[in-house]
Amino acid sequence: MKNPSRLFRALEPWLYLLPTLTGLALFSAGAVVTSFLISFTTWDMITPPELVWAGNYLSLWRSDLFWEVVLNTLYFILLAVPLSVSCSLALALVANTGLRGITFFRTAYFLPVVSSMIAVALVWSWIFNPEYGLLNYLLEEVFGVKGPAWLHSTTWAMPAMVIVTVWKGLGYSMIIFLAGLQNIPQDLYHAATMDGAGAWKRFRHITLPMLSPTTFFVLVITLINAFQVFEQTYVLTRGGPANSTLTMSYYIYQNAFQYFQMGRAAALSYVLFAVIFVVTLVQFRIQKRWVFYA
Amino acid sequence: MRRIIGNTLRYFLLTAIAALMVGPFLWMVATSLMDPQDIFHFPPRWIPDRFDLRNYGAIMDVLPLGTLLLNSFAIAVSATIGQLLSCTLAAYAFARMEFHGKNALYFILLATMMIPAQVTMIPTFLIMRAVGLIDTLYALIVPAFFGGAFGTFLLRQFFTSIPRELDDAARMDGCGRFRILWSIYLPLSRPALVTLGLFSFMTYWNDLLGPVIYLSSTEHATLTMGLASLQSGTMVTRYDLLMAGSVLSVLPILVLLIVGQQWFVKGVATTGLKG
Repeated sequence: MKNPSRLFRALEPWLYLLPTLTGLALFSAGAVVTSFLISFTTWDMITPPELVWAGNYLSLWRSDLFWEVVLNTLYFILLAVPLSVSCSLALALVANTGLRGITFFRTAYFLPVVSSMIAVALVWSWIFNPEYGLLNYLLEEVFGVKGPAWLHSTTWAMPAMVIVTVWKGLGYSMIIFLAGLQNIPQDLYHAATMDGAGAWKRFRHITLPMLSPTTFFVLVITLINAFQVFEQTYVLTRGGPANSTLTMSYYIYQNAFQYFQMGRAAALSYVLFAVIFVVTLVQFRIQKRWVFYA
Repeated sequence: MRRIIGNTLRYFLLTAIAALMVGPFLWMVATSLMDPQDIFHFPPRWIPDRFDLRNYGAIMDVLPLGTLLLNSFAIAVSATIGQLLSCTLAAYAFARMEFHGKNALYFILLATMMIPAQVTMIPTFLIMRAVGLIDTLYALIVPAFFGGAFGTFLLRQFFTSIPRELDDAARMDGCGRFRILWSIYLPLSRPALVTLGLFSFMTYWNDLLGPVIYLSSTEHATLTMGLASLQSGTMVTRYDLLMAGSVLSVLPILVLLIVGQQWFVKGVATTGLKG
């Protein structure tokens, strides 16, 4: 084979990158810019868009429903994120063992992660059924409590959504935590045990600090995902009852593809984007205070 | 002695958690096999009286199951091929080629993972409408051929771990870049390719937002869409049918998980450690 020409050598990487760069330009960077432009218009996708400048943003600011959606989203995040991160860490600590059959258990924990949200949400909506569902039956039999109406209750619909979300995501974060745990040098534990440190002390002073980069990563990912909760809402409640589970992502979908208010939807998506961006940035800023890089 | 107690306790915990995680799936299967009249029974039954697949037949009267399965399958397989092709090429360029602005580009690509889908979905819908792909399976397949941050990242991580000496030796023998990628990198990267393939198949098979936005006619609907329509469309919620449909949706993924458990785990672990 003869030597390829210099020109070809210079162009070759760009050939390999062509699909990815086209996608980046069209579906990411281009889309981000287009969305931004649309957010300054009112547009039903049939008649030509009309420029309204900051009109969409101002009308959102004055809309009670928008603030209700914001509060719902925050409520969901405040319940789901701490619960998800702490439970998956606990799960990883339990599953971090070489005992026989551990692969079976880890696979079992991973099953909700790989299943479709629609299937998972459907079975949970059946479990949450107030009269015949499994959950209220267990509450009554085991604890003697009369369970709430779950998805039909303005108070309990959101916690029900949180339960489904946390349950589905546990296995994913668990695997990441497991990888982090297995990266901690065992010598540290041996040395600490020799010095007479108990299990709690070893966890507090070795595991937690050594694991903090992993915890940070899990926290960032879980938070970004929590802001975007959509499929659970679509299947379980459609935002109801009485808007009690209407969160940002579903509200954007409603505005765009049910009311065909593209300008308003784009403005909403930018608000969401900005919030995610700022929150992630803040997390990276304050990580220095608690994340320990060995 | 302490060790035995510790292990017993751990097994107890592991089993209790497994019951929580797998229980809903068993409940799904149990309901899907029950006589519709037995479903609203108190106390709930775990073991159905009869063991037949009548509900799986009944769901076909309500949903065009064959079409739905075929569409979901066509999308998932084609999109996976697209992801494997485009991500392999990009990952190889980022791992083993030198060009202007490489690091900046790679950073931008990874940064796109932070863009919420809600921001890009309206413009992407407009692009698809402009090229006339609305309500066709291509609307969901075509974007997969234009790369992705996760896949490129995963494969690049793997490619950089392959010793460069292999490249040099092959180049001495007169191999071009593409030959090196094709006959050295790809065979050595089977684990990473399998991982990406599994993740990609799972993502597209399970997707609901995409189909809901792009597809409208029944002949192009996917299984996830069909299930969603079943729940909101009928007057009385037919849990027997819903659960039968859900089992069908989970089954292929369950098979993949059992066969490829280790690849799934590796994929997640890689993103965690180096993300």
